[in-house]
Amino acid sequence: MQHSAFEGDRVARYAVGEPVKVKYLFPLSGHIRAPFYLRGKVGKIIRYYGLYSDPTDLAAGVVTPKTVGLYQLSFNYLDVWGYEIGNRKVEDETEIKILADIYENWLVKDEN
Amino acid sequence: MKINMAKRDEIIELLEKTVQTQKHELFLAGLKTILLEREILTTEQISYYRNELETRGPLLGAKLVATAWTDPSFKEFLLRDPKAAVLVCLGLKINQGPEFWVLENTASEHHVVVCTLCSCYPKAVLGLPPDWYKSFSYRSEMVANPRKILAEFGTYLPRDVKLNVVDSTADKRYMVLPQRPAGTDHLTHEELQELVERDNLIGVTLPTFQDRA
Repeated sequence: MQHSAFEGDRVARYAVGEPVKVKYLFPLSGHIRAPFYLRGKVGKIIRYYGLYSDPTDLAAGVVTPKTVGLYQLSFNYLDVWGYEIGNRKVEDETEIKILADIYENWLVKDEN
Repeated sequence: MKINMAKRDEIIELLEKTVQTQKHELFLAGLKTILLEREILTTEQISYYRNELETRGPLLGAKLVATAWTDPSFKEFLLRDPKAAVLVCLGLKINQGPEFWVLENTASEHHVVVCTLCSCYPKAVLGLPPDWYKSFSYRSEMVANPRKILAEFGTYLPRDVKLNVVDSTADKRYMVLPQRPAGTDHLTHEELQELVERDNLIGVTLPTFQDRA
């Protein structure tokens, strides 16, 4: 598949509109900016922001932190929460989206 | 203004020792002394950062909004290049830190801002966030039950309006450009600014207008 989202002279790995999955990983260390409730969830790329310093490298004081692509993703509310949170029933909320910014090293192509 | 990062490990060690005391004012005074004594920060740097925080606030956001409401080309500019638009409209140079970004609310789409991981807020323009913004309940419930939380603020959106809950998880700090209330065509720029309240700027409430005439 051809990807064509450009930001300046850098090519993004994922294209706008493409479904991607947030990695289902739970590292015990690092300054992780992928929130727990979105791990393992599939969202759609809505914007590519360009390259940013890796937050874990920054937090560790690495002098030349590696750069990673940053995307804004849109998740369907029901894909994130299903129809229940704990014992609480969730309303049928098809018009709600959760938007979150996720770094490229936390994303994988959605194979389904 | 760069902090001397070579002394980072030293700072962390001192912080860890001091934070155990749980006496925050003492901690702050002690930390300040240490940072100055060891020449990690200068008094000029401290007053620079303090001044920067204290001069930012919702009035600046309101000015951006009123200008965007009255000038379509400025609105386009604000949404495309918020940093440059802030410099032009407010004379404010955002030097460092996470990037200021603006999301537009329309008749068909609403944005509300939260930070589930900590308390990220567009401080560079709006100053410090309200305390409830940093509370565990707001941060967890806004993504899980947004309509319920909005209702607690007295905000009810029509069912056909797309609701986007924006979690500021990374390098962008989001301000919301609210919709201009109906019946405000005759208002001056100043009067429009007065309509815009702090919480409108992150989408938890909507600006309202009641004609007193």
